[in-house]
Amino acid sequence: MSSNPILTVSNLTVTFPDNNGGLRALDEVSFEVCPQEFICVLGPSGSGKTTLLRVLAGLLPPTMGEVNFGDHQQPRIGMVFQQSNLMPWRTVLENIRLPLELTGAADAESRARELIDLVGLTGFENNWPRDLSGGMAQRVAIARALIHDPDLLLLDEPFGALDALTRERMWMELSRIWQARQKTVVMVTHSINESLFLADRVLVLSARPGHVKLDLEVDLPRPRVDDIRYTPPFGQLARKLKAAIE
Amino acid sequence: MTKPSLTKHIRSLRPWLGLASLLAGFLLWQFAAQTGGLPSFILPTPVDVWSRFVRAAADRSLFLHMGVTLTEILSGLLAGVAAATCLGYLVAKSRLLENLLAPYLVASQAVPLVAIAPLLVIWFGPGMFSKILICALIVFFPVLVNTVVGVRAVPPALYDLMGSLRATRTQILLKLEVPAALPIFLGGLRIGATLSVIGAVVGEFVGADRGLGFLINVGRGQYDTSLVFVAIFALVVMALVLYGMVAWFEKRLLIWQETSHTL
Ligand SMILES: Nc1ncnc2c1ncn2[C@@H]1O[C@H](COP(=O)(O)OP(=O)(O)O)[C@@H](O)[C@H]1O
Ligand SMILES: [Mg+2]
Repeated sequence: MSSNPILTVSNLTVTFPDNNGGLRALDEVSFEVCPQEFICVLGPSGSGKTTLLRVLAGLLPPTMGEVNFGDHQQPRIGMVFQQSNLMPWRTVLENIRLPLELTGAADAESRARELIDLVGLTGFENNWPRDLSGGMAQRVAIARALIHDPDLLLLDEPFGALDALTRERMWMELSRIWQARQKTVVMVTHSINESLFLADRVLVLSARPGHVKLDLEVDLPRPRVDDIRYTPPFGQLARKLKAAIE
Repeated sequence: MTKPSLTKHIRSLRPWLGLASLLAGFLLWQFAAQTGGLPSFILPTPVDVWSRFVRAAADRSLFLHMGVTLTEILSGLLAGVAAATCLGYLVAKSRLLENLLAPYLVASQAVPLVAIAPLLVIWFGPGMFSKILICALIVFFPVLVNTVVGVRAVPPALYDLMGSLRATRTQILLKLEVPAALPIFLGGLRIGATLSVIGAVVGEFVGADRGLGFLINVGRGQYDTSLVFVAIFALVVMALVLYGMVAWFEKRLLIWQETSHTL
């Protein structure tokens, strides 16, 4: 892509302290993300995918290397976790509003309602999280991650806990939201199909310690519909990813 | 009458069952005390107790003693809960502090408060202050433990969420830690509220010139057993009201927890 990267990761290494010299989770990871790009990170479990997102979110300092955010020194982050991670004592509306409460925006209420519409939860504003299905809870989490207009959206296997049918519906929703909102996204997944449905680019991490094994451009046309998985280009890309993961 | 409406009818009677059983209990007591041949200073009848209550209420002495005990309970509860909550939060956040304080906390639990109550009365006099202190001490431990457990039970993923949103320490405290720890904390408060009544009475037994514990001592000394019963009932009512208030708060604050209906 031609525009300046919004995010540059260079030689990122993360080592966790342990009894024998430290556990290396990420090893010299480097990549760039352009504005409004949708990046998927694939890799076996334990390859440091969650660790990578936590560093990008500023929750964990790099042991070595750097993470640079272009002109934003403190980028606004929207994060979606593997579990919906809602606050059970807040209603749907109150959960979505949380990021704006922290920064103190005046129009929190109306923006929350707008996002509830966007993720298709109109009518559930005042429900407690305990009343939501897994798919609905995850949509609340996505709305919460979008409400403060973040510079970077980080998603950690957000649909891992959902059944196959719901998951595919969520892919459609997410790519619709992504196109409507023009966000930059880094999404961790362990599903090749998921990454090819959604991403502009897929990074494959090796087994621990994770380093970038493959950086693959996904030049499939959009919008990507269900049938795309039976087309030859999709099959070729899937084969490449599969080969890199194994 | 059709079958469902009959069961509905019975269910609507259910709240009255408790009252009816209580009434039956009093009748049984009246009957036993009257026919049992025990003197009134061993087992007074409910009617005796009632007339003693009317007398103590008329000269306002009962309410004076109740007021004293209630003040001790509420002040002790407030002080104990405030201290335990603050210290509990710090202990939950700092393993170092936990290790430093652990021997004291364990020791304070091993010492029965009843045994050190006389000491506190010697040191701080027979006035209200020593009672408040005893109340506070007895309330302290369960509230402290539940605060520590409650704060430690905050899901780490929610800390990550707050961190990713650049929340300040105060925001993390108010919007995450307080509401997340509340269910367990309130459980401790409920135990503390019950214990605080015991604390006040124990303190008054040891040495006091006012309060319901003092009234019990007086009644015992004068073989005015009806007065002892009046004081006991007054304590029961106060304890129930206190417990009920905490339970009511708990219900109001934790509506999100109830597993009532699902979608
Ligand atoms: N806070 C931590 N302390 C110690 N080790 C950790 C921590 N977080 C992750 N790890 C370790 O780092 C490795 C990578 O973890 P993670 O990033 O969660 O992998 P993934 O998300 O790809 O499954 C794992 O071996 C994990 O046990
Ligand atoms: Mg992970």
